[in-house]
Amino acid sequence: MSTRTAFEKARSEDRAALVGYLPAGYPDVPGAIDALRTMVDAGCDVIEIGLPYSDPVMDGPTIQAAAQQALERGVRTADVLRTVEAVAATGTPTLVMTYWNPVEHYGVARFARDLASAGGAGLITPDLTPDSATDWIAAADEHDLDKVFLVAPSSTDARITMTTAACRGFVYATAVMGVTGTRTTTSDLAGPLVARAKAVTDLPIGVGLGVSDGDQAAEVASYADGVIVGSAFVRALLDHPDDRAAGLRALTILTEDLAGGVRRA
Amino acid sequence: MTTRPERTTTYDADALGWFGGPERGFGGRFMPEALVAALDELTVAWQEAMADPAFVAEFDAILREYGGLPSPLYYAERLSKKVGARILLKREDLNHTGAHKIRNVLGQALLTKRMGKTRVIAETGAGQHGVASATAAAYFGLDCTVYMGSVDTRRQALNVARMNLLGAKVVAVDSGSATLKDAINEALRDWVASVDHTAYLFGTAAGPHPFPSMVRDFCRGIGDEARAQCLEQFGALPDAIAACVGGGSNAIGLFTAFLDDEDVAIYGFEAGGEGFETGRHAATIHAGDRGVLHGARTFVLQDEDGQTIESHSISAGLDYPGVGPQHSYLADIKRATYLPVTDDEAMDAMALLARTEGIIPAIESAHAVAGALRLAAERPGQTILVNLSGRGDKDMGTAIDYFRLGEAEAGSDRQSRLGRPDVETGDPA
Repeated sequence: MSTRTAFEKARSEDRAALVGYLPAGYPDVPGAIDALRTMVDAGCDVIEIGLPYSDPVMDGPTIQAAAQQALERGVRTADVLRTVEAVAATGTPTLVMTYWNPVEHYGVARFARDLASAGGAGLITPDLTPDSATDWIAAADEHDLDKVFLVAPSSTDARITMTTAACRGFVYATAVMGVTGTRTTTSDLAGPLVARAKAVTDLPIGVGLGVSDGDQAAEVASYADGVIVGSAFVRALLDHPDDRAAGLRALTILTEDLAGGVRRA
Repeated sequence: MTTRPERTTTYDADALGWFGGPERGFGGRFMPEALVAALDELTVAWQEAMADPAFVAEFDAILREYGGLPSPLYYAERLSKKVGARILLKREDLNHTGAHKIRNVLGQALLTKRMGKTRVIAETGAGQHGVASATAAAYFGLDCTVYMGSVDTRRQALNVARMNLLGAKVVAVDSGSATLKDAINEALRDWVASVDHTAYLFGTAAGPHPFPSMVRDFCRGIGDEARAQCLEQFGALPDAIAACVGGGSNAIGLFTAFLDDEDVAIYGFEAGGEGFETGRHAATIHAGDRGVLHGARTFVLQDEDGQTIESHSISAGLDYPGVGPQHSYLADIKRATYLPVTDDEAMDAMALLARTEGIIPAIESAHAVAGALRLAAERPGQTILVNLSGRGDKDMGTAIDYFRLGEAEAGSDRQSRLGRPDVETGDPA
């Protein structure tokens, strides 16, 4: 299933899609695969796999902690692609979220080819904007990969138009001005940003703003096409460092709560 | 300083910050969309300010009256006799706060005021840029937060105290390797959340557009002054110029005025650490691996997966795994030559300059002096202009450990590594 199809399926059910994120390699490569498959089984519609990077300027402390441990345990770019292959085999669209240097260093064309052959759906690029992405856009187009760029509350209308025009799959709205991380209140910047994006594109809009439970998911789902959850999933794993079964149970409970939330809007 | 040479050179970036074009060039802007509007705003404000004679005049006046500039160009006669070439030192070590960095922070803080922002943030490694930022914030009445790796806050407690005394808040950063690059990451995280009222005073000529070009503009007085002083005092341009390169702000500040003087050879000296071959160094350009770090395409110390590798140098100010993109470009097109200088060479040069000229340089600047000693051997009788970018007061702890200073005098069995007052150091070969 393509990312676009997953969003359309959710829309046909009159609900938002649930997009779940974990970094590859935490607690280790097989452990992350188990965790991501658990999230698929419990109701995630789209999966984002983070490529751990040494200098993650957009990540808050939770995702940093897991990604750093993954790097210390030796996770490699090839392991990320292996994780994509294992998760994409479930049929759920699986994207990689990555800072740019690991892709540039791997070789943009080579990465696109290997991601496509692993069954990956595309890339989410938090520090690559379309105006700097000529190589990636060409490679993605060659392999029919999703190009998910970000829009932010500070984006001008002209940049939202430019960015959404370059996207494929969906548009990622970072709806708070700040790093990743769970928040107790949702953002009043999110709704207006989604509205500005929807004014210029027919693509689905996924919103990431630190959602951590079903009620927050329901609120976001009332105006967005997708609810993106990262830090809360990572937290569920970090809270059970010595008991993987308990971590997976926590992921299942959280996923089911969030999946209920996106259906309540 | 009133005579301002051409603002542009043939080696400038294009409108999007690319040195050498976007295809195979360096620089650009690899940044979260959330910061693009602020970077665009900063780009416009910087360009308008540099074209505004009132801003330029105010900047010059502050540098003159508060910063202690222009710094002298000093003919180091004893050192010159010793090494067989004419060594000229641009005395940025005499500036307020002890280094060239005061130029950059006063420029950026003045621009911050012009933009109506009330708070500045900065990253710092050893604390020099942090102290300079705290100084500029105090001068302009701006709120100031400095991010510093927790490894560095412990190593540089004196500079933390200086920043506190100046009224700045210092945040110890524990993430990643808890050093300079992680302090930059944390400052960027702050900036994403505070960008409407906060300016990021970036400490070097690296990062996303417009920082490499803007920091260069604020530091280029080094070379503008030195070029005019050299012509006035010695009647000719130097044969070669030299500066140390970490991120590269003092180096690009010196180089810019000479870029279009094709007969002037340009040398940047990177931190060779324990020796390039050991892998424990910060010789980013010499290593020659392209990548993207902190918002720019440039040379980066990285592993085979593009993960940043920690750099190593006895000099905290050069201990950075990236480098300003204009330096990468100048190296790539061979307009400038970048070579590593080891910790030992730099420390020898520090001692040599102290004992021949009575000047204790910063260890960063001692890398440039060490490089100039090599150039003197290759260029006997020629004129070599060296940027003495900072003074060595901050480095006395390192010098005490390295040279075992004081122990011989205290009656210890161990001898100082320098021992006799006239010890042979810094063999120019």
